[in-house]
Amino acid sequence: MAKVRLSFTPAPVHVRTARLVGVAVARRAGVAEELLDEVRLAIGEACARAVALHRQYGLADLVLVEMSDGPAYTVRVIDRAPIEAGVGLAALPPDELANEALTDEALTVGVGFALLAGFVDDLQVRPADDGIGTEVRMAWPISR
Amino acid sequence: MELSLTTRSTGAYTVLEVGGEVDVYTATRLRERLVELIDGGAHRVVVDLGRVDFLDSTGLGVLIGALKRLRTVSGTLALVCDKEPLLKIFRITALDQVFPIHPTLDAAIAADTSDPGA
Repeated sequence: MAKVRLSFTPAPVHVRTARLVGVAVARRAGVAEELLDEVRLAIGEACARAVALHRQYGLADLVLVEMSDGPAYTVRVIDRAPIEAGVGLAALPPDELANEALTDEALTVGVGFALLAGFVDDLQVRPADDGIGTEVRMAWPISR
Repeated sequence: MELSLTTRSTGAYTVLEVGGEVDVYTATRLRERLVELIDGGAHRVVVDLGRVDFLDSTGLGVLIGALKRLRTVSGTLALVCDKEPLLKIFRITALDQVFPIHPTLDAAIAADTSDPGA
């Protein structure tokens, strides 16, 4: 099983780098071409969520992205925010989306989770194995 | 690809053509441009996503923010998009029920039944 690890300062500008690396590794691992848009979007959403949590809590810790292949292509995005912030994710129903009272932050989190849940069949959000934080684990089949 | 923003007017409509990647890093620029347009008096806004390569939840949040802002001035916001990957994003988030989405600019303008002279 091959692994690629990427750690980055929690800044929005680096999320694009994580997306590019994640897709490059997915392609090399043998993920079907038609799934790569979904891989790109899901990694971006998971990383953007981690960056938002680190900024919300004033954490300078790096966001970790770990990609591994075989038997599936698996991506883990690990943040270091307090656990109660990380696991309380919920998709928003459509009639809530344009609700005037909803903050932009709550809206983006809700939409982001809807995208993750919609695009990733194999998705887990769970406490990080080591210390404080949450792990978003996503997996896609390898077709080779 | 970097975000590109181009504004033009078609009759009573202000058309914002967006290109490149709209994500957690670039969405701020899109938000600023939309706020600038709406606060500057543009109340019939069409956002053309025809040249967008990537759109994430932050970008969607900006579009919803613009919709809310326009509602407070009785304005309208329509989207132009015919790319299946982007349309799928709107379907999955159920935002296709919130935004009028049209395949072309002409279709977006033709579908607007509000008074363009308002």
